Amino acid sequence: MDLASAKVIGAGLAAIGVGAASIGVGFVFGSFLQSSLRNPAAADSQQGRLFIGFAAAELLGLMAFAVAMIILYAI
Amino acid sequence: MAAGSGKIDPMHQFVIEPIFGSFQRGNPFVFTNSALWTLIILATIYLFMMGGMKRALIPGRWQVAVEGLVSFVDDMVQANIGKEGRKYLPWIFTAFIFLLFANLMAYMPVGVFPGVHPFTVTAQFTFTGVMAIISFAIVLGVGFWKHGLKFFSLFVPHGTPLPMVPLIFVVELISFLVRPFSLGLRPFIAMFAGHILLDIFGNFVVQGLNAGGGGIGVSILCFLFVAFISALELLVAAIQAYVFAILTALYINDAEHLH
Repeated sequence: MDLASAKVIGAGLAAIGVGAASIGVGFVFGSFLQSSLRNPAAADSQQGRLFIGFAAAELLGLMAFAVAMIILYAI
Repeated sequence: MAAGSGKIDPMHQFVIEPIFGSFQRGNPFVFTNSALWTLIILATIYLFMMGGMKRALIPGRWQVAVEGLVSFVDDMVQANIGKEGRKYLPWIFTAFIFLLFANLMAYMPVGVFPGVHPFTVTAQFTFTGVMAIISFAIVLGVGFWKHGLKFFSLFVPHGTPLPMVPLIFVVELISFLVRPFSLGLRPFIAMFAGHILLDIFGNFVVQGLNAGGGGIGVSILCFLFVAFISALELLVAAIQAYVFAILTALYINDAEHLH
C-alpha cells in the first residue's frame, strides 16, 4: 500500500472518533434535559456544569478531527 | 481556488498572506491579513463598547446590550469564583468578548463583495494558544502568590489515603498540565473544523451546479445543509467563547480556593 492511500484510510479511521464524541455530546444534553424536566427549578443553576460537560465531551471529538487533519495535510 | 476545478482545497482560507511587506529573512514587521482582520475586530469591539458606555439613566437598546453582556460575564464569574472573582473580571471579559467577536465576525458574509474575505483569526493556534497561556499564567501566578508552596496541595484532594498520594499526585499533575493545551485547542479546532466544513459543502454547491443534471439536486441539498450548518456554527462560535470564559473562571477558582 502506498503512502497516499494509507493516509486517506487513516484519516477515515480517525473520523470514527468524531462519531463517538457525538454520542458523548448527545448524552450530556440528554441527561441534562431529563433531569431538568424532573426538577425545572434547579435547571438554571446547572447550566455552567452543562457547558463544562459539553466542552469536555466535544474536545475529545475535536481531537479526533485534528488527528485526521494532521494525517491528511501535515504528514 | 477556481470554481469547480475538481480538487477542493479547504486549507487555503487559513493561509496568512502579507499585505504590506513580505516574508523575508530579517524582516520581522509584516502586515498580514491576520493582523488586518484583528484590527477590524478590535475596532468593532471598541465601537460596540463605547456605544453602550454612555451611562444614560434610561438606557437605550445599545446600552442594554452592552450592560447585559458585561453582567452576564460578571454573574458567571461571581457564581464560579465568589466575591474575590471581581478582580479577574477584566481578563475573563476581555477573552470572552474577543473570542465572541472574532468567532462571529469570521462568519460574516463579507465575501459578497469581490476580493474581500473574512479571515478567521481564532482558527490560528497562535491566537488561542497565547490566550490560554495568559489564562494559565494568571492561574499559576495567583496560586503561588496567595498560597506559596501550599499550592501543590491542589494536586492531592482531601481525604486521599496515604498509599494513594503519589499516584493521585501524578494523575492530577498531568491533568493540570494538559489544561492550557486543551483550553487553547478547543476554540481553535472548533473554528477550524467549522470553516473547513462550510468550505467543502460550499464547493459542492458550485460543483453540482457545474455538473448539471442530477448535480443540481445535490446542489440544492448542499445549499440547505450549508444554511443549517451556518446557524449551528454561529451557536458553536458563541458557546466556545462562553466555554473559554467559564473554564478560565473555574481554573482561577481552583488557584484561589485550593479545593
